Amino acid sequence: MTSKIIQTNQEPFKRLDVDPITLDIIENALRNARVEMDATLFRTAMSPGIREQGDAFPMIANVEGKMVVGQFGSFINGFLDVYEGTLEEGDMIFTNDPYSCGGAVSHLNDWLVMKPIFKDGRHLCWAAHFGHMTDIGGKVPGSLPIDAREIFEEGVAVPPVKLFRKGERQEDIIKIILRNSRMPHWNEGDFNGVIAACNMAERRCIEIAERFGDDVFYSTLSELLDRNCRAMAKLIQMTVPEEKQVFEDYICDDGIGMGPYKIKCAMWREDDTVIFDFEGTDPQSSGSINFLLNEEMFKMFCGTFMISVFDPQILFNDGFYDYMDVRIPEGCILKPKRPAALSCRTHALGRIFDVISGLLGQGSPEFLCAAGFSDSPHLMYSGYDSKGEWYQLFQIGFGGIPGRAGGDGPDGHSLWPGFTNVPNEYIEAYFPLRIEVYETIADSGGAGYNRGGNGIRMAYRFLEDGQISIHDDRWLTYPWGVKGGSPGARGTKRLVRADGSEQLLPSKCDRIDVVKGDLLYYNTWGGGGVGDPLTRELARVEADVKGGLVTVEGAKRYGVVLDASGTTDQAATDLLRKQMAENRKELPLFDFGGTIEEIKARCLEETGMEPPKQPIFANRVS
Amino acid sequence: MTFKLGVDVGGTFTDALLVNRDSKETFTAKVPSTPEDSSIGVINSIIRVCNTAGIEPGAIDQVTHGTTVATNAILTGRGAKVGLITTQGYRQILQIARSYVPGGLGGWVVYDKSAPLAPLECTAEIPERVGADGSIVLDLDEAATRSALEHLTELGIEALTVSLINSFANPVHEQRVAEIAGEIMPDIPVSISSEVIPEMQEYERTITTVANSYVRPIVSSYINNLQQELDSRMNSPHLSILRSDGGLSTATAAEQFPVNLLMSGPAGGVTGALWVGKQTGYKNLLTFDMGGTSTDVSLVENNKAVLRRETTVGDVNVRASSLDVRTVGAGGGSIAYVPELTGALRVGPDSAGAEPGPAAYQKGGELPTVTDANIVLGYLPAQQKLGGDMEISREAAETAVQTIADSMGLTLKQAAEGIVKIVNENMFGALRLVSIEKGYDPRNFALIAFGGAGPLHGNALGVLMQSWPVIVPPGPGVLCAFGDATTRMRDEASRTFITRLTHTEPAVILEELFKLDESARSALLATDSNKSMALSSSEVTSQLQVDLRYSGQGLVLTIETSEQELNDQGFTGISERFDALHDQLFTFSLEAEKELVNLRVVVEGPESDIDVLARAQGTGSLEDAVIGEHIIYAEGQDHPAKLYDRAGLSTGHEIPGPAVVMEMDATTLILPGHFARVDEQGNLIIMPDES
Repeated sequence: MTSKIIQTNQEPFKRLDVDPITLDIIENALRNARVEMDATLFRTAMSPGIREQGDAFPMIANVEGKMVVGQFGSFINGFLDVYEGTLEEGDMIFTNDPYSCGGAVSHLNDWLVMKPIFKDGRHLCWAAHFGHMTDIGGKVPGSLPIDAREIFEEGVAVPPVKLFRKGERQEDIIKIILRNSRMPHWNEGDFNGVIAACNMAERRCIEIAERFGDDVFYSTLSELLDRNCRAMAKLIQMTVPEEKQVFEDYICDDGIGMGPYKIKCAMWREDDTVIFDFEGTDPQSSGSINFLLNEEMFKMFCGTFMISVFDPQILFNDGFYDYMDVRIPEGCILKPKRPAALSCRTHALGRIFDVISGLLGQGSPEFLCAAGFSDSPHLMYSGYDSKGEWYQLFQIGFGGIPGRAGGDGPDGHSLWPGFTNVPNEYIEAYFPLRIEVYETIADSGGAGYNRGGNGIRMAYRFLEDGQISIHDDRWLTYPWGVKGGSPGARGTKRLVRADGSEQLLPSKCDRIDVVKGDLLYYNTWGGGGVGDPLTRELARVEADVKGGLVTVEGAKRYGVVLDASGTTDQAATDLLRKQMAENRKELPLFDFGGTIEEIKARCLEETGMEPPKQPIFANRVS
Repeated sequence: MTFKLGVDVGGTFTDALLVNRDSKETFTAKVPSTPEDSSIGVINSIIRVCNTAGIEPGAIDQVTHGTTVATNAILTGRGAKVGLITTQGYRQILQIARSYVPGGLGGWVVYDKSAPLAPLECTAEIPERVGADGSIVLDLDEAATRSALEHLTELGIEALTVSLINSFANPVHEQRVAEIAGEIMPDIPVSISSEVIPEMQEYERTITTVANSYVRPIVSSYINNLQQELDSRMNSPHLSILRSDGGLSTATAAEQFPVNLLMSGPAGGVTGALWVGKQTGYKNLLTFDMGGTSTDVSLVENNKAVLRRETTVGDVNVRASSLDVRTVGAGGGSIAYVPELTGALRVGPDSAGAEPGPAAYQKGGELPTVTDANIVLGYLPAQQKLGGDMEISREAAETAVQTIADSMGLTLKQAAEGIVKIVNENMFGALRLVSIEKGYDPRNFALIAFGGAGPLHGNALGVLMQSWPVIVPPGPGVLCAFGDATTRMRDEASRTFITRLTHTEPAVILEELFKLDESARSALLATDSNKSMALSSSEVTSQLQVDLRYSGQGLVLTIETSEQELNDQGFTGISERFDALHDQLFTFSLEAEKELVNLRVVVEGPESDIDVLARAQGTGSLEDAVIGEHIIYAEGQDHPAKLYDRAGLSTGHEIPGPAVVMEMDATTLILPGHFARVDEQGNLIIMPDES
């Protein structure tokens, strides 16, 4: 594949023995470079999506395209496998088409740039970065149409093209893509930041190579990958059993009336390799909830998850990929065929983490956390204000972190790294709305010895007529609890009209008309609990009640009886705990809140919504 | 004959510096800190330094003081029980914070979130609402406010914060709640967010104001006690407290807004370094203050330290200006270890601290630390008596470092050098953060090394940064007290004022700035009694600042301006300087429209009147200062090196490396291939040989 790279200096790098100290120093230097890439983009970005919610992913990879520092694993190989042209110094590739890069980016909103870094005529390494653009055209503001049947409805698609050609910026390309956006200024600012971050990485890598020598730099990158590989091999041996573990979870619906969609994964170990097999996962959807999952990316998800628990100082990189074998059947919801729509892939992307958590946790209970806020729900609000100016808000919501072995899940936090909320005062100053309630939802975290985090309730008062879109999930299936912990509460969306009428909104919808004075209650979901709630210390239950995180009624789930002021009635509590312990069945490892059939049967009564219909899968798949 | 006194309280020692205003002669003293009540150590240091100087304490008319009382209250969780009043719907504002979970994918699995600084139980919401434009959307419900405040009183709160949504745009509801609180809980100090930090962003404004309340009772009682002690022993000297931004504040302002003191400790080091810089003529400095558990670094350009608009202590991050000091968990006590899984060598952030301490101190510590590695390498000779009387065991240091050597398959000295190189790399990372990553070229900066361990590592950091010379001031362990004594009075006032440049006029902005100037000046001039040192308004200078961004961005860059510039050129000058700064920091600028975000006025008193300080110097030759010979290990081999007594060195001496220079509170290492010259003020100026 490196034959595609044109070097003016053909002298190969030498693989040297690098002493362990130098290795650690370069590792730290690369880590700093990556932090700097983030800082460059976040500080200069225009859209709240990137700026505050960190929806962007930097990476530095070795000459072979393996990620040495970064987050989501390397996509260089996925790109090189399909790219026809050649690359030389000063070139920078741009694409947003998932089908042209093996799922390196998974919907058109993610704009990816990749830059081969050269030093003295030789290809030294890669830098790459992608960020979520707020609007890239297509049929709805925000470019995430839930009812899209084909990717052609989801905005401008760019196959890999040279954004820079020998250092010269191709302004024509930028003009074309910006012309397709409803928010060209944001896109331009954000995209400039993405490019600047890549250039920053280039500068740092060359500096490090100058400081230590090119061969040492080259050798160190290889050795860092090898070192990580050895560590992961041990970790896999320790944590993954040879016996097959199977786990299933669901996307509640597709926004066009069908669901739930099953994601099924089996995991087992053969010698030193762990196999993940998604056989049994539902076929691709006719709608846009498909998620083109890059196998390498999935390896990264699992690897980082495992590393988080053991030696968090291990630098995440691609070194261990040979020890993981990921099998995703063609045509399933995780490997849809073009031109399947992909824009609303966020739910499946999030749910993958609950699947990983459940899979790994079965094999080694020290891993086992409950289900959490495995999504990034969106709210879009757009229209023309009374002065005739276009406004367009894109907000990501937060919810309950799962209960963990080490403690309660934080309330109303982000499961994604680097994400922060957007200050409400900022939103109120720049968009025609007021946020009247911003709190966590009492009792929405699943009960357990360690409680799941609460979901968030936000009440948006719209101050101009406009339209909203919502993308959320877990309104039907539950964020499950583990080891005796209960599931968290599900999410709901309720619109209180200015005229006093009320309307429940589905968790996925586009172009809902709102008028000035309408109030939207946007409730996200809680995290599941871990462990037997009857063993939770009274002091912790009492503190939650006094803090308004658990109600007096909700405390009964822990077998705790309190008066209105939050003081425990010891005798009543002892009695209640005894009764509850006697009357319950053996505590299950997982509590999904019932089977899918049971949940669907209760759906209308509990949620006010008709249950989704059994999916009819797209014809071309079968 | 009058005297000025600077006193700095550190974790281990309290340092005092006494300056004779007339002769400029200085005296120093070092006494043990008294953590249970640090004012005792302060008084002890004053008595000691007066004895040394042979003067009566009554001759001191001004005391300037850097304190870690506020910092420690947060770090140890021993602040006040804070009650918080929020707008209805926002009770959990601190619980949700910014929804941020540190770490990478899966970071939430191990994230340990601390409880809010104002307990949820003590947080009450009240019906009221101000719009983003400052309009009243819902009137304040006074009855509900009263009952909320009464409830908080019953819970036994010790300080109150009022932080309401959009109060930066209209503070009237906050002010009214504070009035009512004054009636219901007259003895409880009340901090309101529109006064502490009238800027947009509800979480940051709330946490900043809550932090103010949290440390307020403890700071207030400390300052009052200290002032009483000073009054009873001296002739009512004027007391000033060092702020996080390196300026001095009156005791009154410090009591009301103690959130501005959270970085008072590290700020003393930076202002001390600034003073050395002015004496030596090096205007561009990287400051490198390495102690037992952590290292503070900062950047000084053209005799000015870089300011940040936030302060971070532990996991509390507030909006208060502080010198841009970056702290890394790397110090003499940092522990080295090798995780089994990766076999990589890691150093810190865990530290052996003062207790149990490095293995070589034989106070119970057995794990290998940076200090132990320095001893193994010969950088810290066993003859050195730390702080005057602590014994060093080379054998214990070797035993500890050998464990690292064994698990990595290295020799003892290779392992020790590895530990030192890794910790140097960590500190290098911090120095890069304040320099290279901000667009500064470290080759244009001198590096000033101080603190207990800074002079041992300064030369190596100079090599990594290519920052020359490396300056080691005399008494590097007491530099903070110099900073306290030599800085100037400072205060600031700011407010959020969001508007596009095209939507406003320079005259409108100037009018707002004048209002801020007035309020900053009144704070600076406020004194609790008619103390003689009070400034007159004519001595105060004002610096006008605006925070700008491209409309739509989240960042702001601070641009300085003046009345004259805004009158003569309108917004042209600030606009051009913003583009240039954006380009310097981020490699590009945009055609996009710019908007104003915050307006700010910084007011300062006159510069310190302490100028060149003649130091007592040795009179003998360089050879007379040699007190021993010694082997040190560097870059993989042994080198014979001489040991020098710093007190024996004189101006003009040139010490060839490798060498070790010892003084009471620190040890300076000069690496092979380098030399140190002693300058007129007694500083060691380290340079590479080939320069």
